[in-house]
Amino acid sequence: MDDLYREVIIEHYKNPSYRGYLDPHDYAFADSNPLCGDHIEITLRVDDQNRISQAAFQGHGCAISQASADLLLESIIGKPLEEVKHLDKDYVLDLLGLDLGPVRLKCALLSLKVLKAGVYGLGEAPDSLVE
Amino acid sequence: MTFDVTQIRADFPILQREVRPGVPVVYLDSTATAQKPLAVIQAMDDYYRRSNANIHRGVHTLAEEATALYEQAREKIARFINAPSARQIIYTRNTTESINLVAYSWARANLQPGDLVILTEMEHHSNLVPWHMLAMERDIRLEFIPVTENGLLDLEAYHKLLEQTPKLVAFTHMSNVLGTINPAAEIIRLAHQAGAVTLLDGAQSVPHFAVDVQALEVDFLAFSAHKMCGPTGIGVLYGKADLLEAMPPFLGGGDMIREVKLRSFKPNALPHKFEAGTPAIAEAIGFGAAIDYLSRVGMKNIAAHEHEITQYTLERLEEIPGVKLFGPSAEHKGGVAAFTLEGVHPHDVAQILDQDGIAVRAGHHCAQPLHEKFHIPATSRASFYLYSTKEEVDRLVDGIYKVKKYFG
Repeated sequence: MDDLYREVIIEHYKNPSYRGYLDPHDYAFADSNPLCGDHIEITLRVDDQNRISQAAFQGHGCAISQASADLLLESIIGKPLEEVKHLDKDYVLDLLGLDLGPVRLKCALLSLKVLKAGVYGLGEAPDSLVE
Repeated sequence: MTFDVTQIRADFPILQREVRPGVPVVYLDSTATAQKPLAVIQAMDDYYRRSNANIHRGVHTLAEEATALYEQAREKIARFINAPSARQIIYTRNTTESINLVAYSWARANLQPGDLVILTEMEHHSNLVPWHMLAMERDIRLEFIPVTENGLLDLEAYHKLLEQTPKLVAFTHMSNVLGTINPAAEIIRLAHQAGAVTLLDGAQSVPHFAVDVQALEVDFLAFSAHKMCGPTGIGVLYGKADLLEAMPPFLGGGDMIREVKLRSFKPNALPHKFEAGTPAIAEAIGFGAAIDYLSRVGMKNIAAHEHEITQYTLERLEEIPGVKLFGPSAEHKGGVAAFTLEGVHPHDVAQILDQDGIAVRAGHHCAQPLHEKFHIPATSRASFYLYSTKEEVDRLVDGIYKVKKYFG
C-alpha cells in the first residue's frame, strides 16, 4: 500500500517531464474517467518513419493517473506507432511497478486508453482498448 | 434518554472491526450510507428465520405475520415523518426511485411542453437526471436556484424565478456535498403561493433531524432507509393524498391491481397502487427497526450530537494549511465536511487516509454541476452520524497531515 505513493510516482506527479500540448500535432485525443473526474489529453508528433518523436499530455487527476501518463509518454518516445497500438495493461503496471485494485486500475490505465484511441483514430476510448 | 456515544457505538457491530490487524475502522462516510445497528440486522434475520413468506393475499400464518410486519413498518415510517396516514407512504427502492416515480407518474400526467420546473444548483444527480429525461421527452423548461459563494441558496433569485409561474419546485433539504440545510418551509410556502407543487429530496435530512411533512406542507418527500441505519434496497415516497390518488400507476404488475382482465386492469388503492411485484419485505421490516432505533435515541439528540461534531471538524480542518472547506458555516450545515487539499487530488487523499482505516469519500459525490460551479473536479468528504466521535475527527486531521508529508 505504501508502494502506491512511492517516490517515483510522487516525483512524476509533481514534476512531470511531458506535460503540455503540442501544436501542431499528428495525433490527439482526450478522455475522462467518470468515476473520479480524471481527465487526460495526449498530443503526439511522428517522424517520417511513423515513429513517435514527441509526446505531451495535459489534464488533471490523481497522482496515479498523472504519473502514469508521464511515465507512459516517456516510454514511447522513439517507438513505432504500430507498437504503441499493441501496448497493454501489464505494460503500464510494469512502468508503475504496481499491482492495483479495480478502482485505481482505471486511474492508471486512462492515459493508455487515450493514447491508443488517438493512435487508432477512434472517436471514443472504449475500455476494451486496455483490457 | 441521555445521549452516550460510547453506548451507541456498542450497538453497531461493524464499528468494532479492524480494517487491518491493529487498525480500527474510522467510518466517516455516513452520507453515502450509514452503518446498521444490531437491532436492524436482527430484525431482518428474525424475519428470514421465523416469518418469511410473500405478503398480502396469503392466508397462512407465515404470510399473515410477514404482511403484518411489513405494514407495521409502514406505520412506523408514517409516524416518524408525521404523515397523516400510512397509505401515503409508498415503498420504493430508494430516494432515486421515489423521485423517478414523481417524474414518471405525476409529472407526465401534469406537465405540458413549455412548463417550468425549478431545481437548484446543489442537487444530487438523482434530482437532476429524471428531469433532464423528462425535458427531452416533454420539452419542459428547467431553471435552477443559484448557489452563493458561501454555499447557500440565492433566495432572491428564487423569488425572481417564481414570477415565471413554475409547475414544480424540486429541491434538496440538505446538500450531500456542502451540507447546507435549506430553508425548506419557506421555499415550499413561496412555491405554493406561486401555484407550484413541491418535491423535497430528504435523503440527507430525514436521517439526521426531525422532518415533519405536515408542518412543512410539502407535497412529495423522498428518502432512503440505508442512510438512516436501515438496509439498502428500500426507500419511501411520501405524497399528499389527493395528489397520489390522482396519479396514474408507475410500474405495472402484481399487487398494484384491484382487478385484471385480458385487455385491461383497475389499479389498487393507495399505497399498493405504486408497489408492483414482490417488494423488499425483509428490508421494509429492517427499515421499521431502524426507525425504532433512531426514535429511541431521539432525533433531537442525534442532530445536537452531529452539530457538535461538525463544528469541531470545521475548526480542526481550518487549522490545516492548504485545506479549503466548501459549504456554509456550522449553523447552516449538517454533518458533512467537503474539502480540498492544495496540490493533492482528493482520490489520493482518500487512499492515504485508508491506510489508517479512515473511510472518506472522494469524487464529485453525484453532484457534478455543483463541483463545476466551484471550479473543482472533485472533493474529499468526511461525513458524520450519531456514532461519530471527536477522536475520529482527530484521526482524520492526523491523516491529512500524513498526506501532506507524502506530497510535501
